[in-house]
Parts: sequence; structure tokens; C-alpha cells
Amino acid sequence: MIQIHLTLNNAPLTIEVEEGETLLEMLRNRLELTGTKKGCEVGECGACTVLIDGVPTDSCLYLAALTDGKEVTTIEGISQNATLSVIQQEFIEKGSMQCGYCTPGMIMTSYALLKKNQHPTVDEIKKGLAGNMCRCGAYQQIIDAVQSAGEKLEAMEKEA
Amino acid sequence: MYSVKELYRPASLEEALKTLKENPDASLLAGGTDVLVKLRKKKPENVKLISISQLSELKGTGLLDDGTIAIGPCTTFTEIGNDPVIREKIPMLAHAALSMGGPQIQNVATIGGNVCNGAVSADSAPSLFALDAQIVLRTSEGERTTGIEDFYLGPGKVKKNPDEIMVKILIPPRGRRFGCRYIKFSTRKAMDLAILGAAAAVTLEDDKEVIRKAALALGVAAPVPVRCKTAEAYLQGKTLTKEVIEEAGRLALTEANPRDSWRASKRYREALIKELSGRALEAAYKCAGGETYDPNTSDVE
Repeated sequence: MIQIHLTLNNAPLTIEVEEGETLLEMLRNRLELTGTKKGCEVGECGACTVLIDGVPTDSCLYLAALTDGKEVTTIEGISQNATLSVIQQEFIEKGSMQCGYCTPGMIMTSYALLKKNQHPTVDEIKKGLAGNMCRCGAYQQIIDAVQSAGEKLEAMEKEA
Repeated sequence: MYSVKELYRPASLEEALKTLKENPDASLLAGGTDVLVKLRKKKPENVKLISISQLSELKGTGLLDDGTIAIGPCTTFTEIGNDPVIREKIPMLAHAALSMGGPQIQNVATIGGNVCNGAVSADSAPSLFALDAQIVLRTSEGERTTGIEDFYLGPGKVKKNPDEIMVKILIPPRGRRFGCRYIKFSTRKAMDLAILGAAAAVTLEDDKEVIRKAALALGVAAPVPVRCKTAEAYLQGKTLTKEVIEEAGRLALTEANPRDSWRASKRYREALIKELSGRALEAAYKCAGGETYDPNTSDVE
């Protein structure tokens, strides 16, 4: 076992993990943060996407021990108390899901994309979300949600 | 859960080299996007891993005094794709980096890992071959430099001794009137392996028409990435016309040895080699003459 110290969803965390344990396993099995989904486990579907130091990463291909000293954000960490983040709300508004399995990963990648660029073009969204698969095929509604969330975030900033 | 017996996290390159020397059976772990997938498929037990992606000595890029571009092997594909020096001087490498996997993979996968993994479809390989990349390897005793062509031995095999760590990738300087282009052919535009990759690098004479030097490299066209030396020799001193492009494509085919796989048949790959060699050369030629090449908007072909 290896003891690591990280920041998880804005709170410091000290935890012991196995050498061969993935970040995905640590989140789901040790911490019961089951919002992050297990999909293909080979880095092709993006269902397990979390942010490591703000960067979208497949948690199935990342050893938990290597998050020592880093900042990890999961889908549970982007809403405040019971208030959903803008991108989560827009996924609901636009009906951007059927089964919902890809949704947490889609939202995490979109969240990071919008931090960098509030006005992504459709092409930029497609490229940005190229590592997230939706087997239900809700892509059009997902793109709509990302664009609409970008607009809302900008309007909120102007108000503030 | 992978069956990992030891996970070393050295704080310096020196410590990593020492750990590797003491544990010759250990595998180096950079981004992990290849190594961990292999561990899952092959299920070896009690492996030892030495993580190196945290080592600052192995990260980042730099322009040396003589114009050589030095790339740290643990630089990620996202970093390569957005690096201003690479985008300006050798944009095809940035393009290749952004054509590999999706953003999540590009964010952690490293160029050194891509090379050391020795995959036939490695997206960085054709560009590195066409750019005459040099690989610097270090042990706790010393350092050696090898050309990338000598580094690839076969599918999944590279000429790296168990006690060596790749510490630099060096791209020799290019003069003026230089242009390059990488074309990746795959069935999907994202998240797909190359069926074929063609990288061309062209330097023109002062008249901006006659080719002073051409380099053409292909990926997935043989068991290892290949340089098409006959085609290159033929191109030297020529002006690029339709006939010259066709002949270069035909010569490139004589130097390749594509295989049948479920992704594409040998015959299909042969057609691609002729066609894409020509297209990459033409695009590189235009770049050498001053046409710009934006690695972001250059779609995967």
C-alpha cells in the first residue's frame, strides 16, 4: 500500500491505495464516488473522465498512487451543495442523454472545455469531446448543451 | 486492479536510473496509456513499475543555440500539439500529436512512450523519421545517441537496453524554404489508429522550385516505420510536377512492405502508399514555398 495526499473535489484527502489500483477504482470502491463510470477500461470511451489538475483524464488508465500531490475533480465536485453547475443544468434542459451512462464523462470534458473557451464552435466541441462516446447517439443535444452553457456562463460573468 | 508488486516514484532522473539499475525487471511507466492497457490484456503478475512522467528533467521542449529542437520524452501529446516552437518549425509533429487518440489520451500520453512502445501505427513515428530525429538514451553510467531509424527493430520492439531511459528527442535544425506535412489515414476522424501514415519534409533551392532535399517516411507500411530512400534520391533536384509526384509514389511503394490486417488489406494499403506519399509531398512542397499549415485545422485525412 502507498499513502498519498491529494485534493479531491476541493478538499484535502489522505488515503492508502494499492500499487496497481486505478484512480477509477479508488473513486468508486474506496470513496463511493460512483458518479464516475467504468466503461471500456482501455481509454476509448471516456465514461471515466475526471479532471486531474484541471485536465480531462481517463481515470481507468491512471494509477491512483500517481495522483499524490495533485488536484482531482469528479462529477460530484462541480455542483455546489444541491445547486447544479451550469453545464449540468444545460444537459438537463437540452435532454442531452438517454441512458445517461456517458453523461458524467461528457460533462467533465465539457466543463474543462468551457473553462478554456466559452464560445466553442461546433467543430471545436466535436474535437474537444472526441474522447467521449455516447452509444445512445445524443451528440446533437450534447453539443447544444455545451454551446448554451457557454452563453449562460458568459451572461453570468457580465452580470457579476 | 493491476497486479503491481512495486510502484516506484523517483524524485529525480538520477534516482530513476539508479532504481532501474537495481530493478532490471521493472518497466518504465510514462503516460501509461499503452503500458496499462497491455497489463490489462496480458495480465502479468507482480510487475514492477517505475513512474517517470513526474520527472521535470524529461518534460518540455527547447530550442538549442544551433537551432536543434530538443523534446523531453515525457512531454505529452497535448503539450507537443500546442508548443509554439514545434507548431512554427515542424508543424507536422504537432498535427500528428493531435491526431492520436482523443483529448483525454493526448493529455497524458507522451511522445517518448509512443516511440518506446514501438507500435507500427505510432502517430509520432513517420514525422520523427522524416525529420531525422535523434534519440538520446542514458544509463547511470553514461549516454548514447542513436538515429530513430536504428531505434525501431520490429513491431513493439525498440533498441533500448533494460537499464536505459530515453532522455531527449533531438530534431536537427532546418534551413529556410522548408516545409513538412503529415497525413494520417484512418476510417474515423478521431480515436482511431492509422491505416497508413505518410510524412514528407521538403527543402527547396533559392529559386523556390527545385527540391534540394526531400524526406518521405511511412507508418503502417511495413513492420517498422520506413524512410523511402529511393523516392527521396529521385526527388532531389526535381521540380514537383504531376509526373514527378506519381513516380515518387511508385518508388515509395517499392520500399514498403504492407500487410493484410482486419483494418485494411495489403492491396488497399499499397494504393494508399502511392496516393498519400504524393499528397504529403505536394503539401510539404507548398509549405516550403511559403504556404501555411495549421496543425489544428488540418483534419485527419
